[in-house]
Amino acid sequence: MRLRNAWVSLLGIALAVNTLACGGGQETSSKSAEPSSPSAAPSGQKVDTATAGDVKGVVNVDGALPKNDVIKMNADPVCMKEAKGPQTSEAYIVSDDGKTLGNVFVYVKDGLGNYVFDTPTETAKIDQQQCRYHPHVFGMRVNQPLEILNSDPTLHNIHAMPKSNSEFNNGQPIQGMKMTHTFDKKEVMVPFKCDVHGWMNAYVGVLDHPYFAVTDKSGAFELKSLPPGTYTIEAWHEKLGTQTASVTLGPKETKDVTFSFKASGPTATN
Amino acid sequence: MGQEGLVGYPSTHLTYLPYPAHLTMLHRFAKLVAAATVILILAGSLVTSHDAGLSVPDWPTSYGWNMFTFPPSMWVANILYEHGHRLIASSVGFLTIILAVWLWLADPRGWLRWFGVAALVAVIAQGILGGITVLFFLPAAVSTAHAGLAEIFFCMTVAIALFTSPRWRAGYEDAPANPGGVDDARLRRIATAATVLVYSQILIGATMRHTGAGLAIPDFPWMFGHLVPDHWSPAIAVHFAHRVGALVVTCAILVASAYVWSHHRGRRELTRPAALLPVLVAIQVTLGALTVLSQRNPWINSFHVVCGALVLTTSLVLTLRSWRVRFANEMPQPQRVRSAQRQEHTLSVSSGVRRDGARA
Repeated sequence: MRLRNAWVSLLGIALAVNTLACGGGQETSSKSAEPSSPSAAPSGQKVDTATAGDVKGVVNVDGALPKNDVIKMNADPVCMKEAKGPQTSEAYIVSDDGKTLGNVFVYVKDGLGNYVFDTPTETAKIDQQQCRYHPHVFGMRVNQPLEILNSDPTLHNIHAMPKSNSEFNNGQPIQGMKMTHTFDKKEVMVPFKCDVHGWMNAYVGVLDHPYFAVTDKSGAFELKSLPPGTYTIEAWHEKLGTQTASVTLGPKETKDVTFSFKASGPTATN
Repeated sequence: MGQEGLVGYPSTHLTYLPYPAHLTMLHRFAKLVAAATVILILAGSLVTSHDAGLSVPDWPTSYGWNMFTFPPSMWVANILYEHGHRLIASSVGFLTIILAVWLWLADPRGWLRWFGVAALVAVIAQGILGGITVLFFLPAAVSTAHAGLAEIFFCMTVAIALFTSPRWRAGYEDAPANPGGVDDARLRRIATAATVLVYSQILIGATMRHTGAGLAIPDFPWMFGHLVPDHWSPAIAVHFAHRVGALVVTCAILVASAYVWSHHRGRRELTRPAALLPVLVAIQVTLGALTVLSQRNPWINSFHVVCGALVLTTSLVLTLRSWRVRFANEMPQPQRVRSAQRQEHTLSVSSGVRRDGARA
């Protein structure tokens, strides 16, 4: 009798634990962090577009880059179905002649002094599609909303691993799920990864100004409407590291900067 | 219905006793829990080896579902490892509840009943640590504690299986050459030291694993082409410590094994683990080398973790058996025996052996 009572109690405990751990399966749109309330704009000067100039340039490749790693998506049949054909990582995106480099984040690292810029109201977007992040490298602004969408008919988790901002890891198990997130500190770069599909990664540069660009495979970039001044321009690549160039820009002036990444390390000229 | 619990051993010093069926079943169940824990450790190490620890971002739910109703169609890619680990852990937790309750109801040894409760507390704490490490993005300290507690829990399950075995209860008094059980203080010191060293080495390994230092020294057997690394960082230091630890553990195990073979050759309860230990250590060192050389192949890496746990528990068994004679004096008095076991108790006492294994 005593043993039977114990078994009944055990069953009761198990049921209670199961009830406590109840969940859903219902679609939920989650928000990993409340956007920080807009703080009062610090005193500073606005850019005078009448005197602003541009910095443009190209990111070259010096030498032969390694081949992108082959990705096997067979761990998830949905990914196999969605992403057709041979799949490789997105680390090295180069022009047909292999001389210019894409997915390079180019931005003004230093030199803007006390200029202030309005926070954009439009959302930045990253989509999980065909078991990849789109875009793979992008930039956004501090306190700008980032919309994270899962367009895939499989589940993903979006895991941001910043050093200065708050880390987050949210699941999006249902196709079409969206969430928004804001970063409240500037940080270059914030890596994203999907821990479900180990090949999925992306990088976002979070800045407090609008002077950034991401190269396509032509390697070209342009930073428009920079006020006159001396700037440190940095080019960042996920595998090849960073390099910087110093540019002094006069009123209405346009300067060219060329970055050249060697397979073994970067060099810059201007 | 009793089973001959000492079948296969000489009866010179011990009358064959009918070993109660429910205690035999308890012992078998304890072995089942220990075996399930091996699978759980393998599942856990596969999670880390595949970098899948955060593939299910919530806890205790899984993507919002109750863990037990999370659709199998969604167990894709790395989720298979993480969710599988959670389900196996839940199963082991459930088995441990049964084991603790069973011990509480059936075993007359108070300390063992409480030990069963401690094992249950350990597995619950282990589950909570696992949840915390997920919710806080795998902090190295928490993940290492999770790994360390896993080994302790495994040791507890193995110890319970040992404590409930017929031969443990009989005090291993069946060897004609050494009646009364082994009472060797030096063996106790050597075996205990070996077990402590193995556990320390596992903790260093867990630290290395959860701080991403597994390939901090990328070559083997050399270290950056040298006998000792020519440059240092915290990761290299941890990795180096694990390799030095492997040498120390190997020596400790060989000493313990050699001591048993030279001093207690006739004691099978000691020579069996003493024979198994060097074999396991050899496999373990090989797996460790292959882990580096294969650039941390997930399966090799995971079997390295499992083999380490087996080295630890085999050493623990040797240690506990060397301490067995001390346990005999701590057994409960006959009047504390529960009514359910009175018949067995009576049989044991009438045969000259108390049910706790000590001589009456």
